[in-house]
Amino acid sequence: MEKKPKRPKILVFSTDKISDPGIDQAGLRKIHYSPSVYVISLPCSSGIKPRWVLHAIKQGFDGVFIAADGHECSYSQKCPEFTNAIIEESQRLMKENNINPKRIRMAAICSVCAEPFVNHMSNFSKILSEIE
Amino acid sequence: MEEKLKKQRIGVYICHCGGNISDYVDVTQVKDLVKNEEGVIVSKNVMFACADSNQKEMVKDIQDGKLDAIVVASCSPKLHLHTFRNVAVRGGINAYNYTQVNIREQCSWAHSDTPAEATEKAIGLIRAGIIKVSNSEALETIEVSSTRAVVVIGAGVSGMRAAIDLAKMGNLVYLVEKEGKPGGNISRWGDLFISGKKGNDIVDALTRQIKEQSNVTLFTDAAINKVSGSLGNFNVEVKIGTEILNLKAGAILVATGFDSYRPADGMFGYNQFPSVTTLPEFKEWIDKNQGEKLVFNNRNIKSITYIYCVGMRETKGTNKYCSRVCCTSAIHNSIQVHEKFKDINVYHIYRDIRTYGKQEILFERSSKNGDIFLKYDEKLPPFVEQIGGKIMVKVKDELTRNQEFEFETDLVVLVTGMVPRHDSLELAGKLKIPVGNDKFFNEIHPKLRPVETVINGVFLGGSCQGPKNISESVQSSLAAAVKINALTKNPKIQLEPIIARVNFETCVWCGKCAEVCEYDAIHPLEMYGKTVASVNEATCKGCGICAPICPVDAIDIAQYSNAEIEGMIDGFMQLVELNIEGKIETTEEQGSSAGMNDLPQIWRRISASLEVAAKTIPALATELDLNTEMITYHLMTMNKYSLVEAEGLDDNDEYYFYKLKKL
Ligand SMILES: Cc1cc2nc3c(=O)[nH]c(=O)nc-3n(C[C@H](O)[C@H](O)[C@H](O)COP(=O)(O)OP(=O)(O)OC[C@H]3O[C@@H](n4cnc5c(N)ncnc54)[C@H](O)[C@@H]3O)c2cc1C
Ligand code: SF4
Ligand code: SF4
Ligand code: SF4
Repeated sequence: MEKKPKRPKILVFSTDKISDPGIDQAGLRKIHYSPSVYVISLPCSSGIKPRWVLHAIKQGFDGVFIAADGHECSYSQKCPEFTNAIIEESQRLMKENNINPKRIRMAAICSVCAEPFVNHMSNFSKILSEIE
Repeated sequence: MEEKLKKQRIGVYICHCGGNISDYVDVTQVKDLVKNEEGVIVSKNVMFACADSNQKEMVKDIQDGKLDAIVVASCSPKLHLHTFRNVAVRGGINAYNYTQVNIREQCSWAHSDTPAEATEKAIGLIRAGIIKVSNSEALETIEVSSTRAVVVIGAGVSGMRAAIDLAKMGNLVYLVEKEGKPGGNISRWGDLFISGKKGNDIVDALTRQIKEQSNVTLFTDAAINKVSGSLGNFNVEVKIGTEILNLKAGAILVATGFDSYRPADGMFGYNQFPSVTTLPEFKEWIDKNQGEKLVFNNRNIKSITYIYCVGMRETKGTNKYCSRVCCTSAIHNSIQVHEKFKDINVYHIYRDIRTYGKQEILFERSSKNGDIFLKYDEKLPPFVEQIGGKIMVKVKDELTRNQEFEFETDLVVLVTGMVPRHDSLELAGKLKIPVGNDKFFNEIHPKLRPVETVINGVFLGGSCQGPKNISESVQSSLAAAVKINALTKNPKIQLEPIIARVNFETCVWCGKCAEVCEYDAIHPLEMYGKTVASVNEATCKGCGICAPICPVDAIDIAQYSNAEIEGMIDGFMQLVELNIEGKIETTEEQGSSAGMNDLPQIWRRISASLEVAAKTIPALATELDLNTEMITYHLMTMNKYSLVEAEGLDDNDEYYFYKLKKL
């Protein structure tokens, strides 16, 4: 059995119709990423409650990544705006709780974005490993 | 967070997926650990969770063990969510007291390089699923009654064609046209590519068919005033002159078409020099004229220069897209010129020629006509000027290393593309349908759910969704017609109950949720002596945008409550004590076939075999020494991922042959 390296735990919020299928693609094509990445899929990234982000970090996740639909969102053209506001509010809560606001990150992931997702995970892991 | 678990008799099924999962995840250990989770009374390994035999066993477990919820840990929910929801229902529990956990695409395959960690993650994922399902509520599908009538907005070729088919399928159809007569853009034109038919003839034929169809009513000079209601029961207020009509419909088809791009004054000399026109203007003219000499705007024309992509494919501007119809239309137009008038020199100044599919024949014809093609770069557009009554064109031709050509021409035709209608945002507002960055109406997903909008019951047909030629426009409007009929033919329509719910105790009616809801699904309601937010079940999309906005956290989306999501997070984080000595039994690796190295090994074996020849399921089973059930499930999954495709039946008309699809 392989030796287990220490890897930052990342919670990903994905979207049912667009970014989650992209994450599935990475698996299908066996493009490996850190097994400390856990995904919760929602209808839309604009529905993420900042309290969930805070809860995740308090429970021991090192970071939260939002795999948003960006301009592909079918619910609202203003989705990127709403999601940004959620990140800002989460960062405000994080600062209030002495948590480094770099622990939350967002990128648009589409339904065929296997490689970009995996790259985001490795970059974010690097960033999280560097945070004290 | 101390949440009381609600479900106490949970069944958990952990799938091998015939090695796809169990080759990397120690499913036996997972099953044993999961058995000890609170509320779990059944924990089983299954070879194929989706197999009929297993579904029957699950139904029996639910009934015999009086299970109150189930978790299936297998493939992505995109593949089998509905399969297991049905199993739950057949067993006698609510479809929404079921959770699917993705331990294949997002675990065993993604982490096939680190099996111990994949196993640990699988346990976390399943624990999260158990907590989610134990907090899940039984939800009832929302049922709405429906009127078997359809309002089609726009009587262009798309709307007319769909109206006829909808009527033939048994719907009452109201076809609402803004202009004084039906036909839309094509009624302005004569010869059309690629059939050579005339626009007017097509419109006349469709108008006749509409008249013959007693259940279609065409309203002309009619404007959509107001739309209310929702799927099954829309109220569409139509204004004709001073009269207001109230139409009731189960669904709405939007087929409002497009506008042609209008160049700004002075752009390539448009509206500045009399010898500069646009393609739609010139097409209208050429369709009506023929003779010895081409005289346009009182000028004798011996040479014509078409400038392509005007107002389209702008890297910096708003119209970033390609209008796809204009290349073919311009080339078709130049062929008409040669057919109708003698000795005209034609220059095409293009960026790319996009005469895709069968339209390529036209490009070939125009090349044979001796036309001259010069290619320009967006950054170095051609320059048009009038010097002493002569029109001069300067262009740097990419094909000859940007060599500059300057020549005189008698007429410049600006090849303008299709743009969203000037009034489309107004209609989008009335119907609450979104528009894309290009400002055309947006379908939910171009591949997964074309012609549908996020508003249940509102569909898109034709070029209002984006540039299309006639055949593509009609294809999309007929697709929408069939989807609409599938809804309206049932007197009752079922809707997903995954929508917003407001906690009336904590809501203080600040109205913030109603402000952000783009579907007008939230309205104030008097209750318990105060005003609260109330959600319209039929119009709420369950997007969740309102939930984080609420300052007192009074809104949840069904299936995504705080207890469910935060419970999942807790489940991911619980410590896992793995027996890492446990060796995972892997099925032996087989030689790989082209391009399939990163796919599961059974798939590689199947692919290698299909690479030689197309085969049926029994033939594959014999060759690979596996049972037919195993082959069936793998082939079906490969089919879903577009790796294989069926190709004709065998001699006994019993089994399909399967072949590899090109990756
Ligand atoms: C220059 C040019 C040449 C072309 N030549 C060809 C060709 O040769 N062959 C080919 O296949 N395609 C051709 N096309 C494409 C073709 O015109 C379109 O595919 C076709 O017109 C699309 O039909 P439609 O019904 O979707 O839209 P439209 O033709 O635009 O019809 C839409 C209708 O809806 C009505 N409407 C709009 N808004 C409202 C409202 N709010 N309420 C009520 N009614 C409303 C409009 O008045 C109109 O009647 C050409 C396009 C251009 C620009
Ligand atoms: S179809 Fe041709 S002319 Fe029209 S935008 Fe596309 S490339 Fe340009
Ligand atoms: S935002 Fe919250 S408090 Fe305000 S009206 Fe909506 S549900 Fe009530
Ligand atoms: S979930 Fe979306 S559609 Fe439903 S009420 Fe909230 S914002 Fe409106």
